[in-house]
Amino acid sequence: MTLKKKDHLELYRQMVLIRRVEERAAELYQEGKIGGFLHLYIGQEAVSTGIVSARKPEDRVITAYRDHGVAINCGISAKEVMAELLGKETGISKGRGGSMHMASVENNYWGGHAIVGAHLPIASGMALGDQYQGNTGVTICMFGDGATNIGFFHEGVNLSKVWNLPVLWLCENNQYGMGTAVNRASAVEQIHMKAEGYGIPHSRLDDGMDIMKVRAAVSEALDFIRAGNGPYFLEVMTYRFQGHSMGDPQRYREKEEVTKWEKTDPIGIYHRYLVAEKIATQADLDKIDQAVETEVTEAVEFAEASPDPGFDTLFDYMYASKE
Amino acid sequence: MAIITMRQAISDALWEEMERDPKVFILGEEVGVWGGTYAVTKGFLDHFGEKRVRDTPIAESAIVGAGIGAAMVGLRPVSEIMTINFAFVAMDYIVNEAPKMHTMFGGQMKVPLVIRTAGGGGRQLGATHSQTPDAIFAHFPGLKVVSPGTPEDAKGLLKAAIRDDDPVLFIEHAAMYQVRGEVPEGDYTVPIGVSTVQRAGSDVTIVSYCRGLQLSLQAAQQLEGEGISAEVVDLRSLRPLDMGPVLESFKKTNRAVVVEEGWPSYGVGAEVATRLYEEAFDYADAPIKRVAQKEVPLPYNQALEQSALPQVADVVAAVKEVL
Repeated sequence: MTLKKKDHLELYRQMVLIRRVEERAAELYQEGKIGGFLHLYIGQEAVSTGIVSARKPEDRVITAYRDHGVAINCGISAKEVMAELLGKETGISKGRGGSMHMASVENNYWGGHAIVGAHLPIASGMALGDQYQGNTGVTICMFGDGATNIGFFHEGVNLSKVWNLPVLWLCENNQYGMGTAVNRASAVEQIHMKAEGYGIPHSRLDDGMDIMKVRAAVSEALDFIRAGNGPYFLEVMTYRFQGHSMGDPQRYREKEEVTKWEKTDPIGIYHRYLVAEKIATQADLDKIDQAVETEVTEAVEFAEASPDPGFDTLFDYMYASKE
Repeated sequence: MAIITMRQAISDALWEEMERDPKVFILGEEVGVWGGTYAVTKGFLDHFGEKRVRDTPIAESAIVGAGIGAAMVGLRPVSEIMTINFAFVAMDYIVNEAPKMHTMFGGQMKVPLVIRTAGGGGRQLGATHSQTPDAIFAHFPGLKVVSPGTPEDAKGLLKAAIRDDDPVLFIEHAAMYQVRGEVPEGDYTVPIGVSTVQRAGSDVTIVSYCRGLQLSLQAAQQLEGEGISAEVVDLRSLRPLDMGPVLESFKKTNRAVVVEEGWPSYGVGAEVATRLYEEAFDYADAPIKRVAQKEVPLPYNQALEQSALPQVADVVAAVKEVL
């Protein structure tokens, strides 16, 4: 599908929205208004935005705990994200999930999973569900480089090939699992090579900071899977500009390395592309920046004004069955 | 009423549910070509085909994880873990994924998954293959845990579990597949979370479940010959735990023995005894006794293993102590 101007502007808007929501979230965290963990996606916005832009509505998305970006891409509003971060009843998970557990089933976005690697076999199961029911959707399972060293990864990926399931294994290689560099944790640095051991076709996108490249690579992979070829494994190179979570002293990497990567800011790359290709004007993009500022301000106001979940709701959602 | 074995009862429940609902399917090690390691699914593959009777790799995380994923997207999987001892390698899925999905995402997802497994000792399989860790699983809110002690309940509870919208761990006993009992004709379910009196009596209350129930019923028979009338209450479900019939019986007899095959520390007996003390302390005429496995990893040697497992004589002796 070729993108029209309005599509481009929407993708740009999503990337800026993710960035601004997270910058505000970091401030709210420092103010003590957000608790628990807060894993920022800043720097990686081109990856999730590119992925989600390439999917069809029937394609399911599931990811790990660095999930605010994907949540926004999949259609969760800034208000619902912010309210969830503040633990409010109006949050997307009604204040039960927090930063790491956001999902929107109506948008075919299945979370937000916080045990490293555990959602991979679950993704195989979702794809099995589609295969079983004769649905045409692909399950897009996103995970970090760190998740490829745990047993769940191997069980989930192996099963997907054994049963020829429609899964896109999408490794976001941001080069650190918490504070441990890939080469200190993984026997192979080219993570996608692990797919070779399961007979799954694979490739690596070296530039995951460019949304158009991500989108093209994901579209190709999805077409391959949709044609009935079974799973595909795509590794996308990216970089997180912030620490693993809030309060990470980042002793494991040099400031120069971060600075170097910041020059490849995915929003800057896309901005320059849109202007250079005359898809959008500076004024178009400024207008979006301003609209996003307003949207984020309103989201924070909404979240702060929203009620906490009532104590009488503590046991709600314990069971799905009607007693 | 037909008299059938536990194996037949469980097999019939699976078969009838698969006939009733095309969304029900089985996945696990050796469930298909082999026909089930305990022959429960013999003939299923020929009748239902490979789509619905799925042999898996020896990979319990994938078996339960994929079950969760398929359940999330609308199917009703029965994930089989060959023995409960292997459930530990899928622990994250059983206690940390399946029971969390509904509540953690604010009610958006449900996981109508049954995890069938068999536990228990007495088969000379050594320490790693002989355990009864039921209480561990019953510790987690959100997971339903049932463990039938009769063919009638096995069939009715398994049907109820398959129709339930929440994850249910269904614990069978590996040494009980030949136990015979009356089973009602036609379709029926036994509600999850409802205890029942399996034998009426007036002098003492014996509380148990699964294989402990068989021991308790035999003990009650023997005690009757000595003029002691024991009431046997079968928990059937460990979570939700229905203390109603237990309390009612205890308030009548004022004496109780709790029988379980697992270790006593932090166990089912500890839980039941505590609740009796908390809710009916004034009715107690004697300290409540626990009959359980000796606190040791089970040995291979047959006589030694039996010496560590609870026996009918232990139940009889415990009853005499509380009288």
